[in-house]
Amino acid sequence: MSTPHIDIDYVANLARIDLSDDEKAKLGSQLDDILGYFDKLNSVDVDGVEPMAHAHKVFNVWREGDQPGATYAPEVLTKMAPESRDNQVVVPKVVE
Amino acid sequence: MSDLHFKTITELAAMLEAGDTTSVAITQAVIDRTAAVDDRVKAFLASDADDALAQAEASDARRAAGKSLGPLDGIPIGIKDTLAVKDQPLRCASKMLENYVSPYDATCITKLREAGAVIWGRLNMDEFAMGSSTENSAYQTTANPWNLETIPGGSSGGSAAALAAGEAIATLGTDTGGSIRQPAALCGVVGMKPTYGLISRYGLVAFASSLDQVGPFARTVEDAALLMEAMLSKDDLDSTSIAPQGETNYAAALKETKGPWKLGVPQEFFGQGIDPEVKANIENAIDWYKSQGCEIVDISLPHSELAVPVYYIVATAEASSNLARFDGVRYGHRSEEAKDALTLFTKSRGEGFGDEVKRRIILGTYVLSSGYYDAYYLRAQKVRRLILSDFEKAFEQVDAILTPTSPTPAFKRGERADDPLAMYLSDIYTISVNLAGLPAISVPSGFTESGLPIGLQVIGKAFGEADMFAVAHSFEQGHEYYKATPKL
Repeated sequence: MSTPHIDIDYVANLARIDLSDDEKAKLGSQLDDILGYFDKLNSVDVDGVEPMAHAHKVFNVWREGDQPGATYAPEVLTKMAPESRDNQVVVPKVVE
Repeated sequence: MSDLHFKTITELAAMLEAGDTTSVAITQAVIDRTAAVDDRVKAFLASDADDALAQAEASDARRAAGKSLGPLDGIPIGIKDTLAVKDQPLRCASKMLENYVSPYDATCITKLREAGAVIWGRLNMDEFAMGSSTENSAYQTTANPWNLETIPGGSSGGSAAALAAGEAIATLGTDTGGSIRQPAALCGVVGMKPTYGLISRYGLVAFASSLDQVGPFARTVEDAALLMEAMLSKDDLDSTSIAPQGETNYAAALKETKGPWKLGVPQEFFGQGIDPEVKANIENAIDWYKSQGCEIVDISLPHSELAVPVYYIVATAEASSNLARFDGVRYGHRSEEAKDALTLFTKSRGEGFGDEVKRRIILGTYVLSSGYYDAYYLRAQKVRRLILSDFEKAFEQVDAILTPTSPTPAFKRGERADDPLAMYLSDIYTISVNLAGLPAISVPSGFTESGLPIGLQVIGKAFGEADMFAVAHSFEQGHEYYKATPKL
């Protein structure tokens, strides 16, 4: 791996986070240091090693004979929203 | 009946049983202690004394009616601000969730309520559990009760500090890379991370789902064992929850004479970066086990130096996905500058998240992004398996593994705040355990010359909690460091 460098604008857009110019400058250099440290991983041979995503074997779980249970009243959930009206969440206009 | 707030669960349970105290008296003692010291410790983000006292009254009424629910009935347990408690704030110490109130109880809370525990307060933490010093809280920094100039560790720093300061009889935390064990070591209390899957994660705000576990902080190993027993459950609401296996009457099992054990000591954990006082302290602990007839086996965990990079790739990748839910739409912070769908997301997240959370989301997004996935994320997943294999080989020879919990005692507040990499290295002895899904406990092992606590980590086999508790318990009973309390 060549010297790592994060294109901070590109990644911040992927992550949907608005960063100030100061934040970009600070994060950029810190992340380059951290990625440099990650290069340690290249010191080990991983050919033929099965990737491990989880501590135990996990399988998709299908519920059997599941009965629908009680759910929350709409107002309980819409009360948490930053803006709501008539038991619905209000968002800025998304379609031109 | 002075100092109820510094007693253990087992001591208080015996007093309650004998009619020598009440849950209201214990709960009031903890509330009074919190009022007296928390302006200096700053462990609590919120607390509801009336609610706690109402729970205590209900406990006393149960007991009076001969319907006590067991040793936890009436005991005030402090809760980390990442676990859902119905009708209480759940902020994860983040501005993102400043106004959020939980509509339900986490499964671990439900289980504690079934055991009669008094659910008490919201304890400070690093924002979204990302940090090792509790300095990343958006609300306040917590002090270590043993030296207010130093950090309590993190991310469950509020849980460790509150317990050490006598502001709760026990507390709950969460441990993704050491977030229970490291603060427990730095604050001189017991902290335990269970085998992955043993405690339901339902109602725990997800950081890195393949690593996160709920666990107890307590004054003694026996108290931690009691809390673990109460929280065990195979939970349909968490698909990674696993039915308990083997011996699960942890506290009762401690009473049986066990050992001597074969204990492994990995040389990789005593090399570069360890504080000389910590090293000498842990070597003394190992000598103590030897003096008790245990066989000490030199083992090797050759990939352990890669645990930090593996962890910070896997955990940030999972975090970048988990924290995508905070989008300003259904709950949490929404920017007033949001003009359309895109700025609704970007502005709300930019304003709502703190520096470390942003740093980790950006890092996690990067390691998962096209062109870098194989070099970082896939490679890290492969090395994760090598780390697990190291442990599996070691456990063919030994019953448990002994290590320091943290390479250093508590450091000064602010000392590592601008150096994320130095902060990440505080977890060097704890994170491989999360990557492998194993149980581990930190038990107080003494103090530095300047009076800061040190912790010994005992790592067990998967589902080997009973043996792990027994190994830690024997050391604790041989030393009784837990009887020391900080002067505040």
